[in-house]
Amino acid sequence: MRRLLWPVLILALLLLVNVLFTPGFLSVQVRDGHLYGSLIDILRFGAPLILVSLGMTLVIATGGIDLSVGSVVAISGALACLQISQDAGVFTAVVLALGLSVLLGAWNGFLVAGVGIQPIIATLILMVAGRGLAQLITDGQIITVNDPAYKLIGGGYWLTVPFGILIVLVVLAVTAFLTRRLALGLLIEAVGGNAEASRLAGIRARGIIVMVYAFAALCAGVAGLMISSNISSADGNNAGLWIELDAILAVVIGGTSLAGGRFSLGGTVLGALIIQTLTTTIYSIGVPPETTLLFKALVVTVVCLIQSTAFRDKVFHRRRPVALAGPATEEKARVTA
Amino acid sequence: MMKRITALVIAGLTAAALTGCGSSGSEGGGGGGGDDAIVMGFSQVGAESGWRTANTKSVQSAAEKSKITLRFSDAQQKQENQIKAIRSFVQQKVDIIAFSPVVESGWDTVLKEAQNAKIPVILTDRAVDSKDTTLYKTFLGSDFVEEGKKAGQWLVEEYKDAKDTVNIVELQGTTGSAPANDRKAGFAEVIGADPKFKIVASQTGDFTRAKGKEVMEAFLKSTPDIDVLYAHNDDMGLGAIEAIEGAGKVPGKDIKIITVDAVKDGMQALADGKINFIVECSPLLGPQLMDLAQKVLKGENIPARVVTEETTFDQEQAKAALPTREY
Repeated sequence: MRRLLWPVLILALLLLVNVLFTPGFLSVQVRDGHLYGSLIDILRFGAPLILVSLGMTLVIATGGIDLSVGSVVAISGALACLQISQDAGVFTAVVLALGLSVLLGAWNGFLVAGVGIQPIIATLILMVAGRGLAQLITDGQIITVNDPAYKLIGGGYWLTVPFGILIVLVVLAVTAFLTRRLALGLLIEAVGGNAEASRLAGIRARGIIVMVYAFAALCAGVAGLMISSNISSADGNNAGLWIELDAILAVVIGGTSLAGGRFSLGGTVLGALIIQTLTTTIYSIGVPPETTLLFKALVVTVVCLIQSTAFRDKVFHRRRPVALAGPATEEKARVTA
Repeated sequence: MMKRITALVIAGLTAAALTGCGSSGSEGGGGGGGDDAIVMGFSQVGAESGWRTANTKSVQSAAEKSKITLRFSDAQQKQENQIKAIRSFVQQKVDIIAFSPVVESGWDTVLKEAQNAKIPVILTDRAVDSKDTTLYKTFLGSDFVEEGKKAGQWLVEEYKDAKDTVNIVELQGTTGSAPANDRKAGFAEVIGADPKFKIVASQTGDFTRAKGKEVMEAFLKSTPDIDVLYAHNDDMGLGAIEAIEGAGKVPGKDIKIITVDAVKDGMQALADGKINFIVECSPLLGPQLMDLAQKVLKGENIPARVVTEETTFDQEQAKAALPTREY
């Protein structure tokens, strides 16, 4: 619980800043039969990032990293929109796009676990080649589709709630159940702690690694569908550009160690929400575009410093209690809209 | 053993992928041509957008029409590829070289080589920042400041009878890019003459639909009273339209929208009444390029800066132009 304290405080602080600049920031109303408000926007536009970050969390927990998720986002959206524009059903398009995503993720996993390439290099291949593949699928053009059923995934509403948020809730719940109620989370952490030792202990480390990369790509694939559905078009050049870096940042802010071996799904969700809230803050308080990146960098630096116990001890000269927080527990309630 | 086989498989796949990329750089045109036929070497940036593809097609078809033999080379957005292409044009002793520089700087050496070989050079679409302007004959391309001014002029005309303040939000292109800077400056210059026009929020939307939508959503909440949206390209405007509709407002009526580019999707939205005015940024500069090339080779004087022939569209004009829109 303690580990999540700081991300929660930072998120609250960011929201407070927004309330000061935009008085009605926290108000959520029903307009045109759906929820409307800045908080809903943060959840809705943050949904793809949360998904990608969830996948990234598990990859990072095994001591790996996946740079290719941004490209998978582009490929998935491109393939789905291409299929729909060629009059394939939405269901077929979605299945094909997600199938290809899983395949690409498994390929990453194979390179890492089967061939033994370092994760950052193995996934760099798909990061570069994948964007080319997305452009190949879209023929370098922006494919515009006009299909209400497809629109639902990222831009639609179900019982007044944005459908994307519901998807995130389901994926989060399933992931939390698989990793925290079953032994899978423990196995992933064991592989991340020491792959060889876990193998000797009888864990099929390779299988686990292939699985987490496939899962990360699946999450990215769903995120790609959301992003392209939200704007009813597929943009091979720009969809999901640099989302992998935001995802890694979200995972780190959430308290998952880049060295692997332990992870916090609740922290990752908070991390992603912090990033999206920061983006919204920049738009609302009117930071000039020329200084946006600097502003973001400063906030992120402060966030990371606040979370560093070493830094806090130095600055506040505080004696830390000996007992450290145990493995993170789930916080499903945090993301409910 | 297993590892070696997998390594070989991967090496093979990578090689296949690489050659795949190589062969996609199309070498169109070709053919020796007769003695008096003009041979033009053209080095294109790449195929990064629909706009660029239309640009390529325009150059190719215009060359065919004016009986100019085109040696076409695609740089895949890399400067070194373009430099190589220009060197090979010099070696092939083409009559004239035209190219769209990927980046602004670093062209002096290779342009000097072309100059020494007495091959004239025309820049298209993008400029170079070389101090020595004798290195190229002319620069043919859009005037982004002018585009911003045209957008501003329409707005001034549209609101000439209004007494109240007109609240404008702006979606800028990629921060620091020439079109974003110039379209912003041209627009601000024209509307700056009348204090009733007020830009209440201005953010970058990176020229993409997704960002355009996201930023517009935030604008709609932080700035309750928006009269006009000025987007630096159609795509951001199209994204913003979705945001405006999501907020229960009617794009084109509750919020007037001005964009730049006039690509097909944008024109469709204009014809549907969701956009009010589009300033064209035309990629179809092929015919003008061929005309300039012929004049240069005849020894005629041409201006150092030629602006692409461009127009503007309102909703009625869009309906008329849409069926024949090429890109």
